[in-house]
Amino acid sequence: MILQQIINGLTLGSVYSLIALGYTMVYGILEFINFAHGEIYMLGAYLGIIFLAFFTAIGLTTSNLWLSLVLTSLLTIAFCACYGFFIERFAYKPLRDAPRLSPLISAIGVSIFLQNFVMLTQGATDLVFRIDAFEGSINLYGAQITYFQAVILGSCFLIMIGLSLFVNKTSIGKAMRATAQDKVMASLLGINVDLVISITFVIGASLAAVAGLMVAGYYGIVNYHIGYIAGLKAFTAAVLGGIGSISGAMMGGMALGLVESLGAAYISSDYKDVYAFLMLLLILLIRPQGIMGRRIEQKV
Amino acid sequence: MSVETKRIKPLLQNIFSRPLFNALLLSLLVLPFTGPKTAVLLLFASLLLLLSAKLSRKLSSGFTHIKGISSLISLISRYRSQMLFLLALLLCITPVLHNSPYTVDVLTLCLIYSILALGLNVIVGMTGLLHLGFAAFYAIGAYTYALFSINVGISFWLAATLSAIIAALSGFILAFPALRLKGDYLAIVTLGFGEILRIILNNWKEVTNGPNGISKIPPPSIFGYSLDNLGHFFYLSLAVAILVFVVIGRVEQSAIGRAWVAIREDEIAASSLGIDVTRYKLMSFAFGSFWAGLAGALFASKMGFISPESFTFLESALILCMVILGGLGSRYGAVAGAFILIGIPELLRDVQTYRMLFLGITLIILMLFMPGGIGGKRAVSVYIKG
Repeated sequence: MILQQIINGLTLGSVYSLIALGYTMVYGILEFINFAHGEIYMLGAYLGIIFLAFFTAIGLTTSNLWLSLVLTSLLTIAFCACYGFFIERFAYKPLRDAPRLSPLISAIGVSIFLQNFVMLTQGATDLVFRIDAFEGSINLYGAQITYFQAVILGSCFLIMIGLSLFVNKTSIGKAMRATAQDKVMASLLGINVDLVISITFVIGASLAAVAGLMVAGYYGIVNYHIGYIAGLKAFTAAVLGGIGSISGAMMGGMALGLVESLGAAYISSDYKDVYAFLMLLLILLIRPQGIMGRRIEQKV
Repeated sequence: MSVETKRIKPLLQNIFSRPLFNALLLSLLVLPFTGPKTAVLLLFASLLLLLSAKLSRKLSSGFTHIKGISSLISLISRYRSQMLFLLALLLCITPVLHNSPYTVDVLTLCLIYSILALGLNVIVGMTGLLHLGFAAFYAIGAYTYALFSINVGISFWLAATLSAIIAALSGFILAFPALRLKGDYLAIVTLGFGEILRIILNNWKEVTNGPNGISKIPPPSIFGYSLDNLGHFFYLSLAVAILVFVVIGRVEQSAIGRAWVAIREDEIAASSLGIDVTRYKLMSFAFGSFWAGLAGALFASKMGFISPESFTFLESALILCMVILGGLGSRYGAVAGAFILIGIPELLRDVQTYRMLFLGITLIILMLFMPGGIGGKRAVSVYIKG
């Protein structure tokens, strides 16, 4: 029983981690809470369902299921990456030198806009879509891991390894870390800061798209306001792990997922959303810089 | 070390540099959601808009050089928050001339939000603490008022005062642990508090009646004369809003207000000048939350019905938007922001379904063209990044 809850929690947690990575990377570079990030995840979930419905309509799903699933994923990720790029260019870039709270309001504006855009075009009711490609489950010491859970856990694991390699080993990753440390100095050393910031947004949006696809497939049901609560929790996860730290976001997401599923199973599911925030409050009071964050000395 | 002197980049250039590319990308992005017809329509519309914006930028750059016009523009822009504030005051006289229930209702709502914005302005604008859970204190005020006036049966004035005091106390209690945190951590803790409170209101059914909310809340009364009429309630709100505006203005000018501004500008410098930073931050939290509680009591007695739905994060975000839109630290701006953000969606009521969409776009565009808000004062300090 407890094993089952842990597996469910880790599945949920890996979705939170993927979204949290987008928050933490953007925060690391711009020190800015990208409130519209949760909406990208929502767009990803919708786009996945829309594209899959399109492929079903033209008959590709019945003739070649795997091809249609791969195409759906790639198209969704590409579209969300473009959304991320476009939002940054349009709503955040002109405000880079503005007072600190202005981009935050702009982001809230983007968030309200995207939610209502999807609500108007896709309707305010739940969109239901089931794929039966991953029916069945693996039995592990009495706990059931469905194939879809296995796919989610496996791909999250791979994505996180890939992302750490990208940030730590490639030259773009190095440029990102340099920009996060000091934007002015990085630009003096010949790093194209605007490009690095765009890349960060594109990567963050792609990860959110993957999370959206997973949730759409896992629950088979999406709504225009799923982005808001998931975004809040993912941001909580990012802070929990120490905002700005990539490994912290992964740990924070997993921890949050575990706490939520164990709390819902053993205490009360009515207060499911409270556990996450209570844990956050406790962690911040004991260790204000998060689990993996470093303490920054205050300079005059 | 570099001194950043540039504040506003030529931002139009950034956005509209490649109209065709942007228009194509935009219509491609909306294609899966809207279908081909709307996407093509949007392509032409956005192309037209972007091109004309580019053209008008070239034209207007020659236009603003004429002396009279540029000085007029600078005069308007210097006093724009005061002008909007006056406009808001003028709007408040309209019920005398033109007494339609709808106008009065909207204006009353504008006034209640003005009180909220003024209260949050103390915390965010004057003291510089980012607060994302202000609706929680609004909720505490509303529920306190509702529970006391229904279960205990005390009068409006006593219940409203109690609401404000309990909201201030909870602000104090939240601030006590939260103020150890800085900047965005503080923001997330306040946000978390707002969410926790909303979930508790939803689930603690014995007291709050859960998602169904509390109904039949009695309207306020003066000397036994019940103010259940919309118009009378409007004058009550106006009186309270003016009182709040004046009181906050007096506090702003006092030593406490100056200490708050000093903390906002530079915490370390303030503490080295003998300001007890934690104590003043606590005061700011409690003082700001006090007004939220009062606004909550007004709201509960106006609506006669409250439920957790009215106190979501969107509400906190909306109040914060009012403060930032008005310009941090500006009382005139906060009131103007409240009237704009409540008024514009009401004006767009004819296109009801699209009004939140427009609200989103309005926020983005206002920030792009006025990053410091309407009444934004030029920052006193020069920012030096080490």
